[in-house]
Amino acid sequence: MDLNMEEQMLKIKDLSVEYTTDEEVVKAVNHVSLSLNKGETIGLVGETGAGKTTLALTLMRLLPKVSSRIPQGAIFFDGVDLLKLPESEMRKIRGEKISMIFQDPMTSLNPVLTVGDQIGEALELHMGLTAEENEKRIDEILRLVGIDEGRKKDYPHQFSGGMKQRVIIAIALACEPELLLADEPTTALDVTIQAQILNMMQDLKRKISTSIILITHDLGIVAEICDKVAIMYAGEIIEYGTVKDIYESRDRHPYTEGLFGSIPDLEVESRRLRPIDGLMPDPTNLPQGCKFHPRCPRCMEACKTVQPPEYVDGTHMIRCHLFHQEQPLV
Amino acid sequence: MPDKKILLETKDLKKYFHTPIGDLHAVDSVSIKIPKGETLGVVGESGCGKSTLGHSILRLSEPNSGQVLFDGRDILKCNKHEMRKLRTEMQIIFQDPYASLNPRLTVSETIAQPMLVNKVCRKDELGNRVSELMDTVGLASRLYNAYPHELDGGRRQRIGIARALALNPRFIVCDEPVSALDVSIQAQILNLLMDLQEERSLTYMFITHNLSVVKHISNEIMVMYLGQCIEMTDSRELFKNPLHPYTQALLDSIPVPRLQSRDKKRKIIKGEIVSPIDPVPGCRFAPRCPKAIPKCTERDIPLRNVSENHQVACVLFEK
Repeated sequence: MDLNMEEQMLKIKDLSVEYTTDEEVVKAVNHVSLSLNKGETIGLVGETGAGKTTLALTLMRLLPKVSSRIPQGAIFFDGVDLLKLPESEMRKIRGEKISMIFQDPMTSLNPVLTVGDQIGEALELHMGLTAEENEKRIDEILRLVGIDEGRKKDYPHQFSGGMKQRVIIAIALACEPELLLADEPTTALDVTIQAQILNMMQDLKRKISTSIILITHDLGIVAEICDKVAIMYAGEIIEYGTVKDIYESRDRHPYTEGLFGSIPDLEVESRRLRPIDGLMPDPTNLPQGCKFHPRCPRCMEACKTVQPPEYVDGTHMIRCHLFHQEQPLV
Repeated sequence: MPDKKILLETKDLKKYFHTPIGDLHAVDSVSIKIPKGETLGVVGESGCGKSTLGHSILRLSEPNSGQVLFDGRDILKCNKHEMRKLRTEMQIIFQDPYASLNPRLTVSETIAQPMLVNKVCRKDELGNRVSELMDTVGLASRLYNAYPHELDGGRRQRIGIARALALNPRFIVCDEPVSALDVSIQAQILNLLMDLQEERSLTYMFITHNLSVVKHISNEIMVMYLGQCIEMTDSRELFKNPLHPYTQALLDSIPVPRLQSRDKKRKIIKGEIVSPIDPVPGCRFAPRCPKAIPKCTERDIPLRNVSENHQVACVLFEK
């Protein structure tokens, strides 16, 4: 049991996050529980507004102070509840043990600092190295992400989009974090550059055995590099399992099914796609029962009123009434 | 395809932008033919000139040389008056549904705009016609007086489509119409575009960087790299038998949502697109190409037929 405890580096328990405005409350994350072992990569999949980024910002404790509220839940990282830490303690974790790659490489670098200085900033704050060691580490980390160290005196505008994203990854990895949150790291890039970045992330994972939470809407990327997958819809995790559970199992949540049906398949000829009808629900006014029921092609009476519980089969969890009636999972 | 009627054709179309450090070759000698009722997919990475090609064909940015034939007529020779008339038959759907709608106009005003400008509809019929168009693209009638900021990306893109359809065009340039949308919404819009094509026998030029989308919607596909067409063939053939090393690398870079592809060794091309300003002669992909030989950079490589319906610009396929 002790061994098990040691491996589980991150455990999110029943976490909810709300944003409040003058008129209404936006329920961005609802009762999310999730755990991550050392060295594992989990893909967090969902559409715009599913709460993926909010969840990542909560882990980093970077939510806006005035408008956000965490009504319940806990986030255990190496056994410590991050939500209970004072800000001074959190600053030691942020950037050193947990770091984040933001979505847009064009806007997440400081345009008036050289890239070398921006990588050095994290090292100065956390590592306590001498100036000389610092420089050496900057060179090392630039080489690691495939940038010539001679370019550390250049400014962000002198880099292309793919190179900027490499710089951002270099900053995130400077202190060799235990956990890396990657928020759509390749969405803004071209496919050939995306392939380069994904390849690099795979290599880095092998070299420094960081755990990664990869936020994306691309099921192709998940198939390529993740060990586990969590599908989010309207702030909830509606399906969770290993990649094998999600990609190859017979049972899938109707929403997951819809996501797969929406992607034109390169290998199968089909004239029409099978999209999900309708739109994401309004987060200030979420539907009763299952949040997906107004769009679900297999909606039943129970779905409209009763929140479906989790049905678990081994490593595979589905939050849907269908799997209760057709084949009760033990 | 000798038996098919060609609706749009370009011959040696060129568009250069003058910059202080030289000419930027955005579109360089592109010749295409699109048969009536079919879709030509144009794929390439950012900066390869695919949007500029679309804009040049509609004369939204004036080409430097070459010909654009619409129904056999060279539109580059048309004067302002004739062009205005022709524009009713050639429309465009823009990439960004957030930036391409006037925030001060309601949904119905936006859709009515082209009909008012071109005086094709009587005032008292306008309302009906707008409702009809909204119905066609699947916009609920309660949104008649809504403003764009009240709507999500998918609905906004539907407005863009309704606006493009308002004048009953025969040809539509679709410039990345789904790339700003979520996958489930993307599929809805793609289905809509395909239904409309069938009903109204529309001809599309479909510009995108998303290869699975382009395969799904196109009859023929053209691959662009730095302003040039490097490979052109029908959709099935391109995916089954890609010849140009760039096309092969492009197809290999797509992450496939399937676990079997996980352990496949990918060909990853190194480096990035070089500057399109005053490019040196020879193949523009050569600096990144894994199969490059000295011959690649000696002279320009023209597009050649390798089979009846498959053209490629690469020295490896020259006899």
